[in-house]
Amino acid sequence: MFKIIKKEPLNPSMTRMVIEAPFVARKAMPGQFIILRVNETGERIPLTIADYDREAGTVTIIYQKVGKSTLLLDEQEAGGYLMDFIGPLGKVSELEGYKKAAVIGGGAGCAIAYPQAKALHAMGTKVDMIAGFRDKDLIILENEMREASDRLIVMTDDGSNGNKGFVTAALQKNIDEGADYDLVIAIGPIPMMKAVSNLTKPYGIKTIISMNTIMVDGTGMCGGCRLTVGGETKFACVDGPDFDGHLVDFDEAMKRLGTYKPEEAREREEHCRLYGGIK
Amino acid sequence: MPNMQPNKTPMPEQDPHVRNKNFKEVALGYTDEMAINEAQRCLQCKNPACVQGCPVNVPIKDFIHEIVEGNMDKAYEVIKSQNSLPAVCGRVCPQETQCESKCVRGIKNEPVAIGRLERYVADWYMNNREPAVTAPKHNGHKVAVLGSGPSGLTCAGDLAKLGYEVTVFEALHAAGGVLMYGIPEFRLPKKIVQEEIQQLEKMGVKIDTDMVMGKVLSVDELFEMGYEALYIGTGAGLPNFMNLPGEGLVGVYSANEFLTRINLMKAYLPEYDTPIIHPKNVAVVGGGNVAMDAARCAKRLGAENVYIIYRRSEEEMPARNEEIHHAKEEEIIFKLLNNPVAIHGDEQGKVKQIECVEMELGEPDASGRRRPIEKKGSNFLLDVDCVVIAIGNSPNPLIRSTTEGLEANKKGCIIVDDNTLQTTREGVYAGGDAVTGAATVILAMGAGKHAAKSIDEYIQSKADQ
Ligand SMILES: Cc1cc2nc3c(=O)[nH]c(=O)nc-3n(C[C@H](O)[C@H](O)[C@H](O)COP(=O)(O)OP(=O)(O)OC[C@H]3O[C@@H](n4cnc5c(N)ncnc54)[C@H](O)[C@@H]3O)c2cc1C
Ligand SMILES: Cc1cc2nc3c(=O)[nH]c(=O)nc-3n(C[C@H](O)[C@H](O)[C@H](O)COP(=O)(O)OP(=O)(O)OC[C@H]3O[C@@H](n4cnc5c(N)ncnc54)[C@H](O)[C@@H]3O)c2cc1C
Ligand code: SF4
Ligand code: FES
Repeated sequence: MFKIIKKEPLNPSMTRMVIEAPFVARKAMPGQFIILRVNETGERIPLTIADYDREAGTVTIIYQKVGKSTLLLDEQEAGGYLMDFIGPLGKVSELEGYKKAAVIGGGAGCAIAYPQAKALHAMGTKVDMIAGFRDKDLIILENEMREASDRLIVMTDDGSNGNKGFVTAALQKNIDEGADYDLVIAIGPIPMMKAVSNLTKPYGIKTIISMNTIMVDGTGMCGGCRLTVGGETKFACVDGPDFDGHLVDFDEAMKRLGTYKPEEAREREEHCRLYGGIK
Repeated sequence: MPNMQPNKTPMPEQDPHVRNKNFKEVALGYTDEMAINEAQRCLQCKNPACVQGCPVNVPIKDFIHEIVEGNMDKAYEVIKSQNSLPAVCGRVCPQETQCESKCVRGIKNEPVAIGRLERYVADWYMNNREPAVTAPKHNGHKVAVLGSGPSGLTCAGDLAKLGYEVTVFEALHAAGGVLMYGIPEFRLPKKIVQEEIQQLEKMGVKIDTDMVMGKVLSVDELFEMGYEALYIGTGAGLPNFMNLPGEGLVGVYSANEFLTRINLMKAYLPEYDTPIIHPKNVAVVGGGNVAMDAARCAKRLGAENVYIIYRRSEEEMPARNEEIHHAKEEEIIFKLLNNPVAIHGDEQGKVKQIECVEMELGEPDASGRRRPIEKKGSNFLLDVDCVVIAIGNSPNPLIRSTTEGLEANKKGCIIVDDNTLQTTREGVYAGGDAVTGAATVILAMGAGKHAAKSIDEYIQSKADQ
């Protein structure tokens, strides 16, 4: 059992949780994730390690409430316990040796992109962070992202924060103005990562994306997380989650992510009826 | 006088048309009368051949003798002296190629049903006795076991009996390895696996789940923590795919994923959150136990047509005879001498059809089995909405790739010394599927026993110095 040390809502749909997990905290590195199970009947879901404190033996996760399991997670309170918390899993991001990077987060993806920006920044890489949200009420981690970068651009789809447009628009503008990136990291919904990869490809800018495939074990034993990269089958949980955005078959990955759409919708509804959770 | 009835005493089973809609155990086990009747078929041979066929050398005729005498406690003790998971082995061992293949009664008639009797004794004990296992006194030495499958559990149990302080580190959230995530409830009830594991815990074995070794702790760190020897029993859990066009379609599963969702995550029960698709027509590719299990699970999820697609003939099928027989009774459709060449999907990326070719058998290959050759132009299509690939597993590279000096062969199997099971690193031993590639429960247990003996000798000889 893993104790919940702290819980704090970031916006109406996102929450930050600090979990006591000393073994995970000891080894965690940027780019890695954990798999958790809330209770005995729960499913195993992957979440990125947003932060860690080796001394305190704690790991921070930030999750968006999108379905049954994240709603169930959100019903747990500080002082309570999670059944299972497994990690660190996945490859450590390779961030060394870059001069200037654009780190792009879309919605919940900002929670995953932020530790990357922080690590790059700490290594002396110049970092432009571009964060995109649907509207201004959904903006999270603004201060953290600002601290982890040299320049932060926050975009909203509807322009409610005064900066209307998608993250790709901001990236294009920076490139046009001569930003001279030697690395782009994009993390968020698959269509966004695909759009960013398509944008950077003609410029030959190395682009890393973080694949959020469906996972079960997270240790390479099921292949549920497989995707096609450069024509080869890869397992996101052990070969990734970071991959070269110019080689990933995004369309296939998008379809695979929808495998359980009907089941997910049913579970979410039943859960909401039973527990009055947020729709 | 022994009972000269030519055939095995039949075991009651759930009706095929009832059981292919539920996950309850198929084989119901012997009653006391049936067990004694079957035990009386044993000739109590002077030089029993059956024992040579048992990879852990259970004193077979001795425990059978105790059944005849009605001493079930004693029968259990005799089995337990060599086999730490009898309720499991009695259910899943391929007895037809092991103990029962050697039984003299099998020359003219059917062999003694050794597996069924072993199962009967183990079940009788669980139902009638509160195991009074106590932890032996610690000898002050610590050993770590990586992986809690039958191999790791057996090694841990044997070492604990000798007084070692043993910790088993398991990556998943439940201990048992394939016994928990692979073999389905209708062949091996999970309650039985957990009861056998609890007995080990009572003997002082500590089991730490949620620990992905190689990630959380390295081999070197374990030595730094004071473990004097390690046993790697991490199995062969890496699924092989076929690199067919269309393998990325929605509805294509590795057998590992399909079975893990069903067995470990209980996706077939409404109160559990893990989803599984409920397909109508399913193709399972392969001919081993894994393929049989996947096909029979698919049927139980409500599929109308379940096909086993196997490129050789029934004779070459590696699955247990009993499971092939059960699968047929449950109306699984066998498409033998057929091989898939592609999977076709619809616009939404979902599986729609599997394309196969017919095969014929040529000359025997290196494995001694006749090699299947494609019949040109024999392609045909089967309408399916789900494909399960069950063509085998390889060892997971996680530990090997994070441990310096731990060598493996081309297939990724860890290399060990045949006499001691020591790997290329001092104090690190390995066995089970991690060394042999996908094999059997009892061979994995045999390796665990063997390694426990070597580890004991290694630590004692170091302590003597
Ligand atoms: C390596 C990795 C790291 C991740 N890190 C984070 C994180 O830090 N914060 C966070 O909020 N989310 C993260 N995710 C996504 C998170 O795992 C899913 O949101 C979660 O599993 C949804 O579960 P649910 O039962 O609440 O929703 P469900 O009801 O299962 O799904 C709701 C919707 O979410 C989508 N979805 C389902 N599974 C996933 C998935 N694995 N990834 C993405 N979308 C999914 C489906 O398309 C569905 O429409 C990560 C995913 C991966 C693979
Ligand atoms: C579906 C199926 C049906 C089968 N049916 C039969 C049958 O009827 N009869 C029979 O004899 N055999 C059968 N087998 C084969 C048999 O189950 C295996 O040969 C046997 O389980 C091997 O035992 P093991 O202990 O070596 O490995 P496993 O049982 O695979 O156990 C390995 C354990 O190690 C864990 N592990 C892996 N990596 C790590 C890590 N890095 N850190 C920590 N833990 C780790 C795994 O999670 C797992 O729990 C079947 C196999 C399958 C998949
Ligand atoms: S070989 Fe058969 S008959 Fe002889 S002791 Fe063994 S089980 Fe009994
Ligand atoms: S999640 Fe099972 S192999 Fe990646």
